This record gives sequence, structure tokens and C-alpha cells, in this order.
Amino acid sequence: MIGDLSLSMLVASVLAASAPLIIIALGETLTEKSGVINLSLDGVVLFSAMAAFVVAKETNSLFLGFFAGGCAGMFTGIIVGYFSVYLHLSQVAVGFALSLLCRDLAYFLGNPYSRVQGPTLLSQKLPFYDSLPSSLQVILTQPLTVWFALLLVFALYYFFTFSKAGLCLRSVGENPAASFARGLNPSRIQMAAVLAGAFLVGVGGAAYSLSLKPGWGRPQGAEGIGWIGLALVIFGGWHPIRVAIGAMLFAFLQVSGIGLQDLFPGVPSQVFQTAPFPLMIFTLIFMHYSTRKNRKQGYSQNKFQQLIGKMFMSRAPKAIGQSYKQE
Amino acid sequence: MKKLSIDILIGSLLVFGFTALVLLISGEPVLAAFKHIWLGAFANTAKFSQVLSVWIPLTLCSCGLLYTFRVNLWNIGIEGQVTMGAIGAMAALRIPGIENPVIIMTMAFLASMLAGGTWGLLAGILKTRGGVHEIFGGLGLNFVAQGFILWLIFGPWKRPGIASMSGTELLPRKLWLATPPGWRVATAGLCIAVAVLLLTWLLIEKSKLGLKLKAIGQNPKAAQLYGISPEGYYLQAIIFAGACAGLAGFLQVTAVYHRLIPPISSGYGYLALLLVMLAGYRIILIPFLALFFAGLNVGAIQLPIVLQLDSALSGVIQGCCVLSALFILGLRQKRKQS
Repeated sequence: MIGDLSLSMLVASVLAASAPLIIIALGETLTEKSGVINLSLDGVVLFSAMAAFVVAKETNSLFLGFFAGGCAGMFTGIIVGYFSVYLHLSQVAVGFALSLLCRDLAYFLGNPYSRVQGPTLLSQKLPFYDSLPSSLQVILTQPLTVWFALLLVFALYYFFTFSKAGLCLRSVGENPAASFARGLNPSRIQMAAVLAGAFLVGVGGAAYSLSLKPGWGRPQGAEGIGWIGLALVIFGGWHPIRVAIGAMLFAFLQVSGIGLQDLFPGVPSQVFQTAPFPLMIFTLIFMHYSTRKNRKQGYSQNKFQQLIGKMFMSRAPKAIGQSYKQE
Repeated sequence: MKKLSIDILIGSLLVFGFTALVLLISGEPVLAAFKHIWLGAFANTAKFSQVLSVWIPLTLCSCGLLYTFRVNLWNIGIEGQVTMGAIGAMAALRIPGIENPVIIMTMAFLASMLAGGTWGLLAGILKTRGGVHEIFGGLGLNFVAQGFILWLIFGPWKRPGIASMSGTELLPRKLWLATPPGWRVATAGLCIAVAVLLLTWLLIEKSKLGLKLKAIGQNPKAAQLYGISPEGYYLQAIIFAGACAGLAGFLQVTAVYHRLIPPISSGYGYLALLLVMLAGYRIILIPFLALFFAGLNVGAIQLPIVLQLDSALSGVIQGCCVLSALFILGLRQKRKQS
């Protein structure tokens, strides 16, 4: 169907390509659920990818590399959080300026390390590798980041849906004033969500420079990923599982772009990589109209319509993008 | 006035301190880096004229953004509007059968404004009719424009023989905007930028339209009660922004690159967003800050050659300026409240 890739190879490469993206998009989901929008993603991914590579190279330790990536992300999170939660500045303005700053900072500081060999996280065989059928052997031999990403999807789903802390976080994102009245501290919860989200974004960035596109350089190959991550959060309707499915869909587009190029010669592969953006716009329009209709008519009796409604009846956290001032 | 000068002083100290820190971390001489940026931008007329050729698109984009910021729209799609303007200009320049360069240039001029404006209108309609926030609509359209220009360069408009990232074929000499000898900036480009700057000042500060835009930006609901419908003015503002950005694209094609290349917008749209924020949305500061930003951009070009540093240092300084300004603004507001 698509070039020479067999099905199991295709699944394996989609899984591998989607893992960093899932981590990044889920980090942003966590932040946005608390009502803060962190627009600095694109620069932070590059910055943490650079930090992770440099630290891993200097210490020759992959673990420290990933940890450094996360910390670099968290460091930017401090700025976003302090500026938007405590100084009540425009979250969009802060995030956007920080995004450009981090990108250039990454290029500048990473310059001495460009195009040098460094440690790389390799795919690992599972302990029960030999007892698996050959197609599963191909699919399940993955770097650790893939397992981490998949685990994170369900962990976040559990966190949002069943845990008390997740409920508090969502309530702040929906209505900070009411949460305050119930005895929560919205500013502190938002700050924690920003930091945790930024840490995950940093780990996702590290997964690029240490595993998926090993090494550092200008361009690194992770450019634009942050914007795609932002698009995916909307595409997935702020729901961890749907966000992850969106990320896999995008990875599929990326991987099959090579095959699609045979079908449409003359169209460069970069064109296919812009596909998530029109999709994001259509999703947003669809969401706008589906929520409006449902508000008018109440829930429909038709099973199929109910299903569609459930799929697209997602909406943003109500207080997203507004800074909350305690009275 | 005293407060303002203290703010500026603290801001510059913050920026200088942070940049020096970054340079120290990478183990480079701090003062030498600043000196080379200065020399790279203002050492002689050739270099200064290059700064001006960056100043032109920055000023045009910033003027456009003033309209949208007036109505509180975050027109992040300006980058794509520059790209579409360049594509529109190129499409007009490729029309066969017209020999007179003046006619064809005028057509390219109009086509670029039309293309940029349409791209802006699209983001505006997505906002007013489709409920898509202008940031996400604009961002999406930026990438669509990027895909479109890549497709054109590799597909229908490719160079005979090979299609490559280096762009389309060079335009014939008669379709280049004239530059004075020894300079690297087109006179017509400077005139257009200054004219747009003056026009924007008139429209925003002195006209009824500017007042209405301001009213909508400050309180859309109250404006509606006074009989000003926000939606129409949202669209109008974003069309103006798109047209200004389109003009920047036109000049990038006819005066700077003389062909279509994939990064034709050079990130000037995004940079203009930073610039307008730093200017505090005041038009009077725009030309000066644009000169400062353009100087940084051009001055940093020679850093890789002289000091083996990455030219991204200019972006670090620019981003740091905006964050410091925001930081000081935030602190002032906080103190006022308590």
C-alpha cells in the first residue's frame, strides 16, 4: 500500500514517531486544563532538546539528559507561570515572546555542539522477545520513550477523571473564583500545572534530540513541533486519549509522507507535514457548530448523532487564557 | 516621565545582563560580540542600507498589526499574510504578454495587497463565523501558506530542469525595483514604508475609524450598544493588516530576493509581533524600534564569521527586550493595585 513498508514496520515507526509528540501534547493538555495557555511550546521543545543533548553528551548519561531536558522545560515554565499567574500579564504575549527567545537561545547555546555524535536512546528488546510472533517483535521493539508516552496517556486519563487532585485542577480551569470559594488556591494550582506541563514538554523535547532525531544542529528537525502540539491539544478536545490518537494520526501522516510522495511526485514531503493545521481548523469549526446545535436542541435521541456528538462535543476549559485575580 | 526613564534603564540593564550571562555561559567575549553587532549594522552606508531593507518589512508588518491590536485581535497569521503577498506579487509578475514593466509592477503591487488581505480576511471569517480563535486560525493558515509556497516552488513554478529549496528562477532585471548605486535598499520600498506609516498614523490616531476600532477593542459589548458592530470592524482591521503584510511580501520579492524562496517572509511577521508589543502599541515608537531590531538582525549576520557565534544572538536580545518590558509592566501594575 505505502511503498515498501510492511504493515508491522509501519505500525512500529508510527509508534516511535508519535511518542515525543504525545508527551509534548499531553504536557500542554495538563497546563491548559488548569486554565493557563502556554504558547511557548515551540521554542521550549528546541531549548530542552538542546539542553538534553548537551548534558547527555557531557555526562554521557541518558538519564541525566532526559532529566536536564525536563528541568530546562520547567525553567521556562517558571517564567510563563510567574508572568501570567502572578503578574496577570497576557498569557499569549508572554508565551509568544518566550517561544521566539527560547528558540534562538537554543540555536545560540547549542552552536558548539552542532553535528557532533552523542549518546542515543536505542530500541530495546522486551524480556519475552523470543516468545513473540515476528510481526509483534518488530512492533514492540521500541525505545523506552514509547512506553513512557503510552503509560502517560492512561496516567493522565486516570488523573483527570478519577483523582481528587485532577478534579481540583479541572475546577480551577473551569471557574477559578468558585474553586477559591471552595477553599482551593487557584494561583498555586495553576502554577503547579504549568510547571508539571512544562516539565513534560521538556522531556518530549529531550526525546527528539536523544532518540527520534538524535543530535543537535540548526535545523534540528523538531522545528514546528510545538505548534503542532498546540494544534493537537485542540484537535483532541483536551482529552488525553484523543490527544494521543491525534498525535499518532499525525505521525502516520509524517511516516506515510514518504510513501505518498511516490503517489504525488513533485509534491515535497514538507507539504504533507502541514496537514494537521487544516485539520485543526476544521475540528475547531466543527466543535463550534456542534456545541451550538446541542445547546439549542438538547441531546438528540438518535444513537448515531449521540455518538458523533460525544466525539466532537468537547470544549475548552471555560477560564482558559484569562488570568484570575483574587478579590 | 521620570518613571518612564527608570523603566527604560531597568529594562536595558535586564537585557544587557541576560545577554552578557548567555555570552559568558558560552565562554565568549561579551563586549566584542556587542561591538561586532554594532559594526555589522552601522559601519558603512552599504551595511546601513541593508539595515534599512530589513526595516521596511518590519515597519510594514508592525503598521498592519497596529490595526488588529487596536481591536484586541492577536493576528499571529501575519507571517502567512506576508508569504501570500509574495505569492500574489509573483503570480502577477508571471503573467505573460505584458511588456511594460510599470503596468506589471503596479499589478504585482495590487495583487500582493489583495492576496495578503484575503488571507487575513480568511482568518477573520474563521473567527467571526467559525468560532476559531484568531491565534489558532492564523497559525494554521501560516502553515498552509508555507505548504502552498513549497508546492509552487517544487511544482508549477519550479526552475526549468531542477526544483530546489533555493527557489524559483530569478526575475528579469527590468522587474527589479531600482536601488541607488552603492546601496542595497530600493528607494521605492522606503517610500512605500514611510507612506504606509503616515497613513496608519492618520487612520489610527486621527480618523473616526481609528476611534471606532479603539472602542471595540476596549469594550466590544458597549461598542455594540452604540451601534458599532464589532464583527465588521474585526474583518476590516484584519484586512488592513493583511494588506500591509502583503506589501512587505511584494517588496521581499521585487526588491530583496528577486525570486520566490520558501522562507520569503524571513520571520519578519513574528518579529513584528514582538516589536509592536515592545512599543506598547504606540505608533510613534515603531520606526525607531524597527530600526533597532533591524540593526540587530543585520549586525548579527557576521557573528558566525568573526566570532564563530550563531547569529541567533539577535533573536535572544529581541526576545529578552520584550520579556523585560512585560516584566516591568507587570510589576508596575501589581504595585498600583496594592
